[in-house]
Amino acid sequence: MRTCKKVFAVLSAAVLTAGVLAGCGSESGGSGAGGSDAAGGAAGSASGSVYYLNYKPEVDAQWQELAAAYTEETGVPVTVVTAASGTYEQTLTSEIAKTEAPTLFQVENQSWLDNWGQYCYDLSGSFIAEHSTANTLSMEGVEVAAVPFAMESYGIIYNVDLLNEYCALENAVISSPSEIIDFASLKAVADDIQARKVELGVEGAFTSAGLDGSSNWRFTTHLANVPIYWEYTKKGITTATSLDGTYVENYKNLIDLYFTDSTCDSALLSGKTGDDALAEFCDGMAVFYQNGTWAWTADNDMSAMNVAFLPLYTGVPEEKDSIGVCTGTGNFWCINKNSTEEDIQATLDFLEWVISSETGISTMSGAMAFNCPFDTFADVELANPLFTSANSYEEAGKTHISWIGTESLPTENWKSNLSSALIEYSQGTGDWSGVEKVFTEDFKTEWENR
Amino acid sequence: MEKALKKYFPVFVLPTAAAFVIGFIVPFIMAVYLSFCSFTTVSDAKFVGIRNYIEAFKDTTFLHSVLFSALFTVVTVILINVLAFTVAMCLTKKIKGTNIFRTIFFMPNLIGGIVLGYVWQLLFNGLLSYVNRTLTYSSVYGFWGLVILLSWQQVGYMMIIYIAGIQNIAGDMLEAAEVDGASGSQRLFKIIIPSVMPSIVICTFLSLTNGFKLFDQNLALTAGEPSRSTEMVALNIYNTFYGSTAAYRGVGQAKAVVFAIALAAIGVIQMKITAGRGDK
Repeated sequence: MRTCKKVFAVLSAAVLTAGVLAGCGSESGGSGAGGSDAAGGAAGSASGSVYYLNYKPEVDAQWQELAAAYTEETGVPVTVVTAASGTYEQTLTSEIAKTEAPTLFQVENQSWLDNWGQYCYDLSGSFIAEHSTANTLSMEGVEVAAVPFAMESYGIIYNVDLLNEYCALENAVISSPSEIIDFASLKAVADDIQARKVELGVEGAFTSAGLDGSSNWRFTTHLANVPIYWEYTKKGITTATSLDGTYVENYKNLIDLYFTDSTCDSALLSGKTGDDALAEFCDGMAVFYQNGTWAWTADNDMSAMNVAFLPLYTGVPEEKDSIGVCTGTGNFWCINKNSTEEDIQATLDFLEWVISSETGISTMSGAMAFNCPFDTFADVELANPLFTSANSYEEAGKTHISWIGTESLPTENWKSNLSSALIEYSQGTGDWSGVEKVFTEDFKTEWENR
Repeated sequence: MEKALKKYFPVFVLPTAAAFVIGFIVPFIMAVYLSFCSFTTVSDAKFVGIRNYIEAFKDTTFLHSVLFSALFTVVTVILINVLAFTVAMCLTKKIKGTNIFRTIFFMPNLIGGIVLGYVWQLLFNGLLSYVNRTLTYSSVYGFWGLVILLSWQQVGYMMIIYIAGIQNIAGDMLEAAEVDGASGSQRLFKIIIPSVMPSIVICTFLSLTNGFKLFDQNLALTAGEPSRSTEMVALNIYNTFYGSTAAYRGVGQAKAVVFAIALAAIGVIQMKITAGRGDK
């Protein structure tokens, strides 16, 4: 009987302990989740492994496939973990502190190197840096800290069929989409479409300029680039920590157009999401939709549509018939210098394979629909029609708007301040001076607080 | 049996104690240490002294969020407990279908805060669109939106605790009171409420801390809009931590430490006051 009690007591204790240990066990398993397990690597000859912390949820499945293909071919284990939308820095913060930290991670631009540069391995002389056709990022002491792997463009995406339909209407202000060459012509068309929305069968000229967190970045990051770009260009500089706000009035031009020629009343915009705008555009409820090349993927609704880009015209005199869309990149690869030598080498080999092997190239340019700035992609045909449209402006000799504005935005706080100011403006509880203040005062203070 | 268990007491306590140390004590000590540091990740911190605390108290948005949270907590503690107690009283009467109603009232508690936030946002915005407004129109809308959301979520949970308390009251005591001619309100205030004091203590504590700690629902429902005026303490800390560069993470950390200590103090004071009454 006594043994029975003893056994019972020990058993219960064992069960409790097992429960706790199982908790720990699943946690450490979680850090390497999503990819192939270590057993696959042990079979291979190479000793290193790759852990990629991916930024883009929309291409997670494609990365998993690519990683699996590489492991199958070489035996090197590749783990791809994707941070949930909008949580990349949070995820990176916790992941990089772990013993099994990512060997490969991403940064958006130069200012990210303030936080993450200390983890950047110098990529100079590496295959990816040698074959890059775009500007790599450098920092003090590190010649090549980050290499861009996907170029992106944004502007006003329009439904070509719908706009042509409008052009065919009686008394349409233009007869072809190519006649939209500046803000004045864009406004004339948008206002006319708005006025004749019933005739055209749409709800508005523009999709809702949603100010919900899932959509506000289109205006607080992307559109905000434009006034800053013009100010820098005028001054002949590429970065600054304070702004005069000379072109904020131009930013207002386009914002006002979005707010008034819209599918909904501007007072309701704060509740509109990114999905709302996409759905409105894909359902043909609106003609224009501000977003970028990433909005098109091979398997979403937009792929069945005939779409093209218009530049972000804001009424700056220099823009007339001479600018293209905003083209740049927010996708840079960095290798974690704190990884072991074997892992760094394995990661370099993996990236080389990604941008030079047939499987890699076809996945990057096909399934992921990226526009990759490497000379190994020179002969690749772009799957995404928005890239073709973006390129057509450059081929016609127009200058693309670079991302210098976006790259010099001080902090996330600044973006949320701008979003708040836009919300107050949209619902009539604040006036435009709130937005002006964000561009001038807040821009400066946020830079000072960094 | 008892002897065997006593002998193996460390074996039983150890797992939980270890979990408590790993999951609470160590992170808390690290958090306090990090609040005196400048850091990007938790493993490479640089000591900077009390600078973070000075920054934290200079931040007017932090003070605003503390006031907002305090007001919110006062309103929700009263509302949730009064409603939960009322519902519990109703559902301990001999009415048909009390079990079904108890289940239904408890159900909102099973839904995650983020989901609730988004669902209620759709509901509120759908309703407000009739007057051409949204939840972000003013902080008053956001405040009451949050109050309604949290009450809806928590009343069921507190109700279960109150029901347990009410069912524990000896029937003969109430019967005796009735025979002695005690009125309904006399029975409520002289017998029922004093008898369920332990439930009141625990429910007040839970709703008090839940109100202050509210994060998911706040993030999903208003995200602090308009212009950070509906930002509560937890969201303010989160925004401080991730809203700026790494240099500011220590400030977020300092706010978090201040918040944790303040909340613990409030909790203890509340327990002391209400528990003291419960003993009478």
